[in-house]
Parts: sequence; C-alpha cells; structure tokens
Amino acid sequence: MLSRSANNLYWMSRHIERAENTARLLDVTYRMSLLPYRVQESDQTWAEPWALPLVINGLASAYYERYPGPISSDNVLRFMVLEPANSSSLYSCIQAARENARTERGAITAEMYEDINTSWLEMRNQDYGRLHGSGVSAFFDWVKLRSHQFRGITFGTMLRDEAYSFIRLGTFVERADNTARLLDVKYHTLLPSAADVGGAVDYYQWSALLRSLSAFDAYRKVYRDLITPTKVTELLVLRQDVPRSLHACMNDIYDILKSLCDDSSIEAERLAGELHAQLHYGRTEQIIELGLHEYLMAFLEKLSKLTAEINHDFLVPVYSQKQVSA
Amino acid sequence: MENHFRRCVPARACQRVRALNAFLKDIYHDQEIIKAGKIPEQQVLGNKLYRPEMRGFNVPGDVYVHVAGIDIVKTDQDKFYVLEDNLRTPSGVSYMLENRKMMMRLFPELFARMPVAPVDHYTDVLLDDLRAVAPAGAPNPTVVVLTPGSYNSAYFEHAFLAQQMGVELVEGQDLLVTNDAVYMRTTRGPKRVDVIYRRVDDDFLDPQAFRADSIVGVPGLFAAYRAGKVTLANAIGTGVADDKSTYIYVPEMIRFYLGEEPIIANVPTYRLDRADDLKYVLDHLSELVVKEVQGSGGYGMLVGPASTTGQIADFRDRILHNPANYIAQPTLALSTCPTYCDAGIAPRHVDLRPYVLSGKTVTLVPGGLTRVALREGSLVVNSSQGGGTKDTWILEAGD
Repeated sequence: MLSRSANNLYWMSRHIERAENTARLLDVTYRMSLLPYRVQESDQTWAEPWALPLVINGLASAYYERYPGPISSDNVLRFMVLEPANSSSLYSCIQAARENARTERGAITAEMYEDINTSWLEMRNQDYGRLHGSGVSAFFDWVKLRSHQFRGITFGTMLRDEAYSFIRLGTFVERADNTARLLDVKYHTLLPSAADVGGAVDYYQWSALLRSLSAFDAYRKVYRDLITPTKVTELLVLRQDVPRSLHACMNDIYDILKSLCDDSSIEAERLAGELHAQLHYGRTEQIIELGLHEYLMAFLEKLSKLTAEINHDFLVPVYSQKQVSA
Repeated sequence: MENHFRRCVPARACQRVRALNAFLKDIYHDQEIIKAGKIPEQQVLGNKLYRPEMRGFNVPGDVYVHVAGIDIVKTDQDKFYVLEDNLRTPSGVSYMLENRKMMMRLFPELFARMPVAPVDHYTDVLLDDLRAVAPAGAPNPTVVVLTPGSYNSAYFEHAFLAQQMGVELVEGQDLLVTNDAVYMRTTRGPKRVDVIYRRVDDDFLDPQAFRADSIVGVPGLFAAYRAGKVTLANAIGTGVADDKSTYIYVPEMIRFYLGEEPIIANVPTYRLDRADDLKYVLDHLSELVVKEVQGSGGYGMLVGPASTTGQIADFRDRILHNPANYIAQPTLALSTCPTYCDAGIAPRHVDLRPYVLSGKTVTLVPGGLTRVALREGSLVVNSSQGGGTKDTWILEAGD
C-alpha cells in the first residue's frame, strides 16, 4: 500500500490511543490531587500533582507560555483537554485521528469512519463549563469508552490486510510509550517524608496508578497481596497477560513487524525483536537494581529508535539508489 | 432521452474530440493548420495555455485528450449546440455514476420497464484506455490517479474513480522521479508507475518545469514524461484547444483534419477583439451572454437578460479594458427538465455533458451528466454556482 496511507492509518490509531492514555493520566492525576498532601518547599512545585501531566508529556514550557503564574487544576485541564494549540490535548488528538480517518476513508470501513466522526463532533461541542459540570472523571470515562469502541469496531469489521496491520501497530506503539510514561509518574511524585513510604499516601498513589492502567483487579488476582512497588513493576513491565503491560505491547508489535518486514526492512524487525527479548527474558530484580526510572527511560529511547526505523522503512520511506534503478 | 438525440450525440461528440485531438497533435508538431491559414498563428502560439515545452514531443498513441467532457445544449426540438469543450481535467463523471446507482435503488421498477443503457462500465473503459496508452515496454502497466489532495473540491471524485478502477490514489508527495522514471512510495518499497490519470492542472504538475511554488506537484515529472517513461492523461497543453476563443475554429478543424462536415453546430460566437463584433456586442449587451475566454466554473461571465443595468455597465468597462479576453454568444433558450424543487415540480434549465474517452479507440459511454440550474429562470448550471445534477438515460432499443 501507499506509504502515506499507511502513515495516516498508523497515526489515526496512535492519536486515538494517545487520547485514551492522556485521559487515563489526567484521571490518575485528578485522583492523586484529592489527597490531603501538598508540597512544602517552593523549589519543588514541579512535583505538584497537576504538574505531572505537563512534565511527563514535556509540555511544561508550552503550558507556562499559555497560562503564566502558578499551576492550577483548572488551567491544566483546560490545556490538556480542550486547547487546540496543544497538539497533545484530547481535543487535538481526536481531531487529528478523525482527519487521518477522513483522508483514508476508502481504506477503513464505513462503521469506523462514522464512529470516529461522532467522537469528533461530540468533542468539538465540549466546553469547560460542561466538562466540570458533569464531572471530569465522567468525561475521561467517555474518552476511554470512545477509544474502546473504535478499537472494537476496527477489530470487528475490518479486512485483515496491510492497512489493518498498520492500524494495530500504531495502537501498540502508542500504548507501550504511554504505559512506560504513566509508570514513571510514581517516580516524579514526592512523598511528604521518608516515613510515608509504605504508608497511606504511598498506597493510594500506587493503587491509583494501577487503576489508571485498568490493572488494579489484575493485581489482586495475580498476587493476592499488599501492593508493593516490585510487584507493580513486574505486573506492568514483564507480565505478558496484562494487556497494557510493556511485554504485552511488545508481543503485538513484534508479531506485526514479523508479518510486515521483508529484506529491505529487516532492521525494524530486529529492533523490535531485541526489545521484545529484553522484556520476555527480563527479571524484576534487574529492573529494581537499575532503578525503575532509568529502566523506563532506556526503554523509551529504544522504542523511539524503533519508531524512527518504522518511519524510515514504511511510512516516510527514504530509498537507496539500488531500490530505484529499474 | 429521445431517439433522435441518441442517434446523433455520440457521433457528434466523438467527431469533435477526434478533430480536437488532431488539432493538438498538429499545433505541437508541423502546425499545418496555421500554414493553411485556417486559424491565426497568434490565436494558437500567443495563447497563454499553449505549452512550447510540448513542441515536437510524440505522446503515446497520439492521444492528447483521454477524457473529454463536451457540454451540449438543446434549444429546440431537434436543435443541439455544443456550448463548450472541456479538455483539461473535466470533472463530474462520478455524479453520472452515483446518480444512476441512486435512481436504480429508488426506482427499480422504471428500469425493469425501460431499456436504459448502462453506464457502470465507464471506469472499466477508462482503465482500459489508460493502460492502452502506457509507454512501450510496460506489458502490465501500473496506473494511478493523481489528486491535489483531500481539500480539493473534487477529491470525492478522485477517490471514487481510483477505487472503482482498483488503482492507487496518489498525491504529489507519494511520487518520486529517479533517472526519469516515476515511482510511488509504498510500504513494500518503490513501485514503478507507468500511467498517471492526473487531476492536477498543468501549472501545478511539476515545480521544476512549471510553477515553482506548486506543492502538489512532482519535481521531475515533466522530464520523465518527455523521456517517454510515463504517460500523463490528459496530456499537457490541451487547454489551448478548449479555450473559449479557440472554440469558434472547431468546425474548421473538423473539415481540415477529418474532411467531414461538422454534424453539430457551434453557438454563433462574437470575438470582441474584432472591431465590428465588439461594437455589436456593446450595443446588445442586455441580450447576450459574455464570457471570459479562459474562464470556467461559471465565473467571470455576464448573462445579459438576467442582469441589472448596473451590472451591465460594470461589465462593459471590463470588456473595454481588455476586449480580447472576452467572447459573446446569443442567450440560448436552453431546454428545461421537470425538476423537484421547493415549489414542487417545476421546469429548470439543463445542459448535458457526455464524456468521451480516447485510448485505442474513441468511445462514449451512453449517458452523461445533466446539469440543472436550480434557481428559477437561471441559465447557469455550474455546480460551483449552485447547480444540481440529474441521472440521464439513453434508451437502447426501438427507434
């Protein structure tokens, strides 16, 4: 298929997945902000709960440009949900996904287009008053639901062709990236004092994180035990039966690339295989020893190398002289 | 549609396209028609749409106009006129196909009773013709449709035609040219392209050869075309033949190239660069239709009987400013067709655009796009001016 079409479809699903994960991140932020805990030192304002979504997405300076002054929950929500100028806002993600779908209308099913178009029309009519009036969590649930529904329609109606593969690839690449970033949230949150490690606030933060990745019940089922950082790490990084874990995402990415790659794109498959093996044969102790934050940063760097290779081989190809000398 | 029409239109439209095609070949080669004094040199070579870059270049199969739309009007029981020729990138054929689909869904019983000639094979004929004009040495040619992109008003049609033909719909950015060969960027590496059905105007096709500010074109495409490595449909430089000031010479072309008498009349046309024509037209502006010679889409025209004195005075100034930029024609009493509108069923003026396809042969799919001026009394049928369309039936048997 045309590279441009593959690129549009890949980004269509990445944008939808990003909207879902941003909603998850904002929801966990919102829950953490409800705790009776505030940063004391003035040089640590970046560790305020509402700074998290900005820090994690690298949007802090863009935010301060738009809303100078101290961070407020209202402004962060406005910026991350409704701001058209912020390309990572829910508004922009859904708009971009729908724009991608519109361009590739012939490659997707009518049900898919109608669904994504409906999401966009509803998103477009959203305003801050309504958002707040009906509760921000309800709105985040709506975003998650729209994402689930679009994925379900895709799964249930689309021909299993190359276009489908690129749509799925986009979903799992974005999900792997977002899960790693969400996990890293805990690294950025400070506890009031060292004595609070393992205390109520700590527990609440870990459980909010698990909930935001729909993994709280899975944790209970798998471990039947207290929530500990080591086990959360194992669950969300290494266990392949948790659908949003890094391992589960890499399983799908690796499988899809094995089916897509040929001789000229073997490097993409190799990079995916390497990253997959690291998760498949990894051990929790190694991660804890290295430090979860350092581990996740290394993972994100390799993932970004892989996505650059996917771009180069499939989506925005650069050809060698040999390939075009017919 | 009456039998008379069915008998005459195909022959008329095809004759015209054969002559226009011969004209294009001639003016980009030996220019016999100019030497014979049948058309002034200035009319051809001085035309902004004449492409000197095409001189001496042999297009595959000598076909310049692969797709032509001939606008025909009926003014009387048996009186048809060609209003204009569309030889660049005529659009609207998707409406012909979609209108038919819709009518068959809504009124299947009518089709059971009447022998309506099918039009659905249009895209098959088009694909066949495009493959027939592929460069030599491409036994299984790859055809693509080139669109300016999803923001173009005819994007729906581009996507529709590509999908119906089962070929890729590409934008300029999807193509690249290396060693004069054209490739498209695919997920399986570069794929060679042999024939481009382009819906991008000449000016924007190649920033290296034409307008440098084009962002929808393909750098190097014209060189590849001149090298005979890729075929463009329609050819570059066909606009000179559908210019409204060239129009008046078409009957002469038919006699000159085909040795036949034109079987369809032109609308009598006044050329405003002629002093006596200009004087007549200025005296009779309220009765005439005046058009810009390179205008299209119903823009830049004056319909005298439907205009206010102010509009007429305004247009008079524009004409006097550059008379050669205009032609004038009598206001034709266009035929009408019963049309569903706010007031119920009422007569509205129509014209007909059948599509003529040229590849190995010249063919006309038995149907066309009937355009309707939806405003009461209006004679402007262009969709960009609020016109509508209708399904058009050609009945097959029983003269």
